[in-house]
Amino acid sequence: MNQIVKVSGLRVAARNAQGDDVTIVHGADFALEKGEVLALIGESGSGKTTIALSLLGYARKGCHIVGGSVQIGDVDVLKLSPEALARLRGRTVSYIAQSAAAAFNPSKTIMDQVIESALIHKTMSRREAEAKAVGLFRELALPDPEGIGSRYPHQVSGGQLQRLMAAMALITDPALVVLDEPTTALDVTTQIEVLLAFKKVVRERGTTAVYVSHDLAVVAQMADRIVVLQNGQIQEVGRTEQILSAPTHPYTRSLLAAMDPAARTASAGRTAQERDDVILSVRDLEVRFGNGKAGGGKVVLQDINLDIRRGATVGVIGESGSGKTTLARAIAGMVAPSAGQVLLDGKALSPTLEGRTRDEFRRVQYVFQNADTALNPQHTIEAILSRPLKFYHGMSGERRKKRVAELLELVRLPTSIAKRRPGELSGGQKQRINLARALAAEPELLLCDEVTSALDTVVGAAILELMAELRRELNVSYMFISHDLGTVRSICDEIVVLYAGRKVEVRQREAQNAPPFHPYSHLLGTSIPLLRPGWLEEVTGHTAVALPSLAAGLGSQPGLCPFIDRCPQRVDGLCNTTPPPLRQLDGGGSILCHRSEEELVRAQGALKLVTGEAA
Amino acid sequence: MNSTLARLVVKRLGSGALTLLIVSLVVFTITALLPGDAAQALLGQEATPETVAALRAQFGLDQPAYFRYFQWLGGLLIGDPGTSLANGMAVADLIGGRLPNTLKLAAIAALVAVPLALTIGILSAMFRGSLFDRTMNTAAVAAVSVPEFLIASLAVLLFAVHLQWLPALSHVSEINSFSDFLRAYTMPVLTLCCGLVAQMARMTRAAVIDQLSSPYVEMAMLKGARPIRVVLTHALPNAVGPIANAVALSLSYLLGGVIIVESIFHYPGIATLMLDAVATRDMPLVQACAMLFCLGYMMLVLVADVSAIVSNPRLRK
Repeated sequence: MNQIVKVSGLRVAARNAQGDDVTIVHGADFALEKGEVLALIGESGSGKTTIALSLLGYARKGCHIVGGSVQIGDVDVLKLSPEALARLRGRTVSYIAQSAAAAFNPSKTIMDQVIESALIHKTMSRREAEAKAVGLFRELALPDPEGIGSRYPHQVSGGQLQRLMAAMALITDPALVVLDEPTTALDVTTQIEVLLAFKKVVRERGTTAVYVSHDLAVVAQMADRIVVLQNGQIQEVGRTEQILSAPTHPYTRSLLAAMDPAARTASAGRTAQERDDVILSVRDLEVRFGNGKAGGGKVVLQDINLDIRRGATVGVIGESGSGKTTLARAIAGMVAPSAGQVLLDGKALSPTLEGRTRDEFRRVQYVFQNADTALNPQHTIEAILSRPLKFYHGMSGERRKKRVAELLELVRLPTSIAKRRPGELSGGQKQRINLARALAAEPELLLCDEVTSALDTVVGAAILELMAELRRELNVSYMFISHDLGTVRSICDEIVVLYAGRKVEVRQREAQNAPPFHPYSHLLGTSIPLLRPGWLEEVTGHTAVALPSLAAGLGSQPGLCPFIDRCPQRVDGLCNTTPPPLRQLDGGGSILCHRSEEELVRAQGALKLVTGEAA
Repeated sequence: MNSTLARLVVKRLGSGALTLLIVSLVVFTITALLPGDAAQALLGQEATPETVAALRAQFGLDQPAYFRYFQWLGGLLIGDPGTSLANGMAVADLIGGRLPNTLKLAAIAALVAVPLALTIGILSAMFRGSLFDRTMNTAAVAAVSVPEFLIASLAVLLFAVHLQWLPALSHVSEINSFSDFLRAYTMPVLTLCCGLVAQMARMTRAAVIDQLSSPYVEMAMLKGARPIRVVLTHALPNAVGPIANAVALSLSYLLGGVIIVESIFHYPGIATLMLDAVATRDMPLVQACAMLFCLGYMMLVLVADVSAIVSNPRLRK
C-alpha cells in the first residue's frame, strides 16, 4: 500500500441567501495511491470542484469545510494553519484551473507566473526554475519553448495556455496535481492536443493526480479510477474499465446513456415531397467586421450558400471563431452582411432589422445559447411568454393566458411554473422557457445557437429529445448551431461545416459517417473522445503526423483553402496557389477541396470514425 | 513608444484643443452675462455715465462681444491673454506670480493624499468587512459629505482659535524654516486632503476588490502566495488603470477645492487671484484663470489614460 492521499468524511457547507448553511458535500471518502490518476466525475452542482479544492485546504467564497479529514502524506490538510497551508499549496499540491485564460494574470509574463510557485517556496533559484520551465514547455510540446515564457497570456492560444498552466503546476514537482476540467473550455481539435500533452507528462513523471471532469469520454482516456458524484454524494467508485463497461449505480448508467448520440436518431425522417420545399436560402453571403462595407475590415464569413427545407434540421458546426454564430445573426438581421442575401420563401429579406416586417420577424425566431442572460430575471415566466403573444398575435386576457399554458405544456413544463421567475428554475427548465418563448411566435424557422452547450449532458439530451418531438408536432425547421459534432449528428438532416468563415463541407444525414470527408471535418470527427480507454493512444498517430511541406513565400491570395495550415493532405503547388473547387459528391453534399473523392476515401478509409457505437 | 499610445495622445490633444475652444466660448459668454463691467466696478457708484463710457471705450468694452471674443482668442493663441483691466498689468505676469504657489499647494496635497489613500484603499480591500474597513468606510463617507469651507472653518476654530497652535492665515511669504512651512501649510493641506483621500481610497478599494475576486488571484493563492504578495504583485498591477483614473478625477476635484481653501486661508494662489478678478469684473484675468483650470483638468485625465495603457500589456502592444 502506497497511499499518499486519503480523504475521509469530508463535508463542505455553503451559506445560502437566507444565511443558513447548506451541506453541499456529504461525507466524501476516497484515497489515491502514488502515481495514480483518480477522476471525479459529475454534473454541475455535484460538488466535484469543491472536493478537488478541499485537497488544497481551500474553499471558495461562501463555502467552508465543516468536517472530515484530508490526509496528504502524513499531514491533515484541514488542520493546518494559514501559513502552513500556504507552504502546502503550489508545493505539495498544485492546481490546474478550468479556464487558463482567466487563471493567468493578464499583466505578467508567462514565465513569471510559471515559476512563481518555485520562487515562493524557494525550491530553486530563478535561473534553475526558468531552465526547468523551458524543459517542461518542451515536454508539453509547446512551440518555441525558449521564447514563449517572455510573452503575455493574451499572445498565446487557449490550448497553449492550458499546457502552460500544466507547466506551472509541475514546476515544484508536487506530490499531487489537481486538474479542474482542464480541457472543457477548448475546441475538440485543441482538446486532443492538450490531453496528449497531459497524458505524456503524467505518465513520464509518475504524477499522482485528481482529474475533475463532466466528460466521461475524456476521463476514460486519463484516469485509472473514477469517482462518480451526484449532489455532493459519492455514488460509485471503481476502476475506469469497470465504470464504463459495467456500471452498478443507476446514475452512472444514466450518464453513460446520455453520452450515446445514437439514442435520438430515430426521431428524424421526413417525406420526399418536403425535400424541395425550401423555406430559407442564403446566397453568397459575406460578412465583414470593422471597417465598413467597401472591402475593408476582417472577413468573418465568405461565400456562404445554404438552403433550409421546411421541417428539416440543418446543423452548422465549427470551432470557436469559425463564424457560426455570425451566420445565425446575419440570417436574423442582427448583423448586416457586406454581400449576398438571405431569402425567406424566395423573397429577399432586408439585411438589417429596420427593413423587416413584423411577420418576417415572426417566421424566423432566435433561441439564444444562454437562457440565464436571455430571460429577464425580473419578469415572471408568464410575462416572458406573453410578450411575443401580444406582439405577434395581439393576444390578451384569457386567450393569452390559455396560450401560455399551452406553450408550457408544449415544452413539457407544469403550468404552475407561469407565476415563477427565471431565477427559481433549473438550467434545463430555463432553456425550455427560452424555447417556448421562440415558439410563442409560431415561427417557421428556429435559429438555435448552442442551445445545449451550457447544460449538463443528461439535461441537454432531454432538450434535444424535446426539439425532435416539437419538429414532428409543429413541422418547424431548425438551424442548429453547435461546436459538438456528436450533438449535431444526432438530430440533423444535413450538416454544414464551417472553418474560418468558409463552408468547407455539406453532408447529408444518410452519408454522415462514411468517407470522403473534408480533411477538417475528418479531423473534427476523429478528435471527439470515445468512451473507451486507450482511444487517445490510438489517435496519436494521426494527429501528430507531419504535414506535407509547402513551398514558402507564395503569399496568401484570397480564396485559398482556409484549412491549408493544418491540413495533412495539402498539396504543394496546388493548395497554396489555387483556390479549391466545391466538389459535388456522388452521395449528395459537397466538399471544398482539391483532393478528389477517391483520394480522400483512400486517405480516410483506414481511420475508425466516431459514431454512435461508442460505449 | 508605440502606435496605440501615440495615436491616443494625438487624438486626445486634438479633442482637448476642441474642448478648450468650446470652454473658451462658454467662459466668455458667462463672464459677459455677469452684471456690471470693469469700468463700473473701477469707478464706483458715484461715477457719471460719461466717465464710465469713456473708460469703457478706453478698455475696448464698447466693441461688440464677438469682436472682443476673437480678439481675446487670437491673443490666447499667440500666448498673450491680454492685460488686466483692474490694474493694467499683463495677465500673464499676474498669473505667473501666483501659479507656482497654487501648484505648490496642490502638489503638497497630492503628495500627502495619494499614498495615504492608496494605503487605506488597499488595506480595506484586503481586510474587507473588518473593523478597519468599516471604520474607514464610515470616515470616508463623512469626509466626502462635509463641505470644505466647513472643514476649514472647524480647523481654524480648533487649531487657531482654541488650541492656538497655528495661525488662522497662511503666511507663505515668511517661510524661513520647516516649522514656518508646517505652520503655513498644515491647515490648507489638511482641508484639501479630507475629501481627496476619502474619494481616492474608496475607488482604490473598489478597484482592488474587483481584481481580488478574479480567477488568477485564486490561482495565485493556490500557488501558495501570501495575501500581501497576491495583492501587490497580482491584483495591483491590474488595478492601476482604474486607480489612475480615480486619482486623476480626485485631483481634478482638488482644482475646485483649492479655490475655497485659498480664499479661506488667504493663500496667495491663483484661485484668490481669480476671486478678486471676479469682484472687479476683470474679465481677461477671470477668463485666463478658467482656461488654466480646464487645461489642468484635461492634462490629468490624459495622464491617467496613458498610465492605464502603459500598465496593460494587451493595450501596450
